Amino acid sequence: MKEIVMISGKGGTGKTSLTAAFAILGGKDVVVADCDVDAADMHLLMKPDYAHSEDFHSGYLAVIDPFQCTGCGDCMRICRFNAVEVRNRIYKVDPLRCEGCGYCTRICPANAIKNKEKRAGQWYISGIRTGSSMVHARLAIGADHSGKLVARVKNEAKDLAFEERCPYVLVDGSPGIGCPVISSLSGANLAVLVTEPTISGLHDLKRVYALVKKFGIRAGCIINKADINAEMQRQIRHFLLDEKIFHLGDLPYDEAFTNSMVAGNTILESGNETIIQLITSVWDKIKSLTS
Amino acid sequence: MTIIVVMERVSTDAVKIAIASGKGGTGKTTLATNLAALIAEKQEIALVDLDVEEPNSGLFLKAEQVHKESLMKQVPQWDTDKCTLCGYCTSICQFHAVIQLDPSILIFPELCHSCYACSELCPEGALPMAGRKTGDLRESQAGKLHFIECRLDIGEEQAVPVIAYTRKYASKYDHLPIIFYDAPPGTSCPLIETIRDTDYVILVTEPTPFGLHDLSLAVETVRMLRIPFGIVLNRFGIGNEDVHEYCRHEDIPILACIPNDRRIAQLYSRGELVYRYVPEFRAALEPLCDFFLDHNKKAQDERDRDDIG
Repeated sequence: MKEIVMISGKGGTGKTSLTAAFAILGGKDVVVADCDVDAADMHLLMKPDYAHSEDFHSGYLAVIDPFQCTGCGDCMRICRFNAVEVRNRIYKVDPLRCEGCGYCTRICPANAIKNKEKRAGQWYISGIRTGSSMVHARLAIGADHSGKLVARVKNEAKDLAFEERCPYVLVDGSPGIGCPVISSLSGANLAVLVTEPTISGLHDLKRVYALVKKFGIRAGCIINKADINAEMQRQIRHFLLDEKIFHLGDLPYDEAFTNSMVAGNTILESGNETIIQLITSVWDKIKSLTS
Repeated sequence: MTIIVVMERVSTDAVKIAIASGKGGTGKTTLATNLAALIAEKQEIALVDLDVEEPNSGLFLKAEQVHKESLMKQVPQWDTDKCTLCGYCTSICQFHAVIQLDPSILIFPELCHSCYACSELCPEGALPMAGRKTGDLRESQAGKLHFIECRLDIGEEQAVPVIAYTRKYASKYDHLPIIFYDAPPGTSCPLIETIRDTDYVILVTEPTPFGLHDLSLAVETVRMLRIPFGIVLNRFGIGNEDVHEYCRHEDIPILACIPNDRRIAQLYSRGELVYRYVPEFRAALEPLCDFFLDHNKKAQDERDRDDIG
């Protein structure tokens, strides 16, 4: 079983639209994992049935019992996150600031602070319209620990692929280079970098590739909206050559991507022959790179 | 177009306006840089790029660097001589950043949240805190625009402390009328850290199903924090009417509509400021500029009146 992770550094380059197209092409061979748990969109194109759902708990939140609290203020003094507030001599923890480190719980002389488990979101296993399955999630608003939820989604998808003898797990990653991206990359067989020929597209590609390199993961790259800027397209191709990143193909800027999204399907269902062929050949290259 | 917004101000510091979006790539940076540069033609202001994982604003501003510093994060350091290997630290750390592998203590700085618990509760004082580089902060200037950006080092997981520090650094411009924040995408901790003390949030979205879905998550987040907000609709003309419908239904003001225009995409791709070349784009931003400047003038007048009083 091979794990393919789609990332981009920069947002809005077309990661999810392309991941959805590959999921359609892969059909029953592909278990999909939507690891962009912060702004998950894959479900809008895959029509999941939410067959199984589970709460996800991660991390802790300090809660002060006002009846036991003596108002000594020790918790407030030691908290590095300024999460303890006092109003009318009542001490309270701001749940958005508290990181759940448990320092205050440990040192409270009145034993008035409890560390409670936080509900950080929900995750689902769904049947999708490709005939395969998808693992996806919804991070609770403002929650941290998205990296841990990503790990959970990915591991569930891997288990599922193993049970169903699926050859591929296809992961839709999140933008950036921080904890959710690091979490989605760990253990991957191939990173597919989706970029666009813009000055920020290249800048962000370089940063995310530096991360991929750190993990020693093989990488391929798709230049999306390639005809927006010929000069930037050339610069990105050079970068790919220099870094020995496999150039998977160039895709044109095409409003059919948006139109298909509006219709709730993928470019394969509303695009013209040329773009369908291009995307199919990219998917074939991805498969051959993982074998 | 009239913009009706109520900002409740408690402090007399700069008005802090965050430019955010649930979905990535909707045009946050385009709006932030163009709006800031356009206002800076008349008025001294500051722009802070808090998308520390992928900071891009600087690519468009071509400002001259005036200051650079390394951002440090405090992490424990193991003092072999003092440590008795009691293992208390490993039971304290909630983030699995300190583990014991006999006969030594291993520290994973990327996982450390700098809570100081292990360091201050170690009975032997064998885990003193020390700085470790986690990113770079740069300040630069272009005319009346002060620009501050911070970039997280590759492989570092935690954007939040870096964002917090950069915001604090930027408060040196609190005497200016406006500070803009270019926010990270998403709705999780980096976004919350960016917008928590702002006076207003501009949510940039596009009229597509992904745009709408991620916008609704961002709206939930901003409402939870009780920050007034409005929407800028980018690439107006593609997709469908659903975002408009949603805003009407939820009673959210649409501050500006930026047309879908290949010229804008091309100028962006080259790192140019779009308003300088596309009059329609400039025209879409101008009511926003006027609104923020005008609002600030009123606040300034009140301040002056208070001073006299």
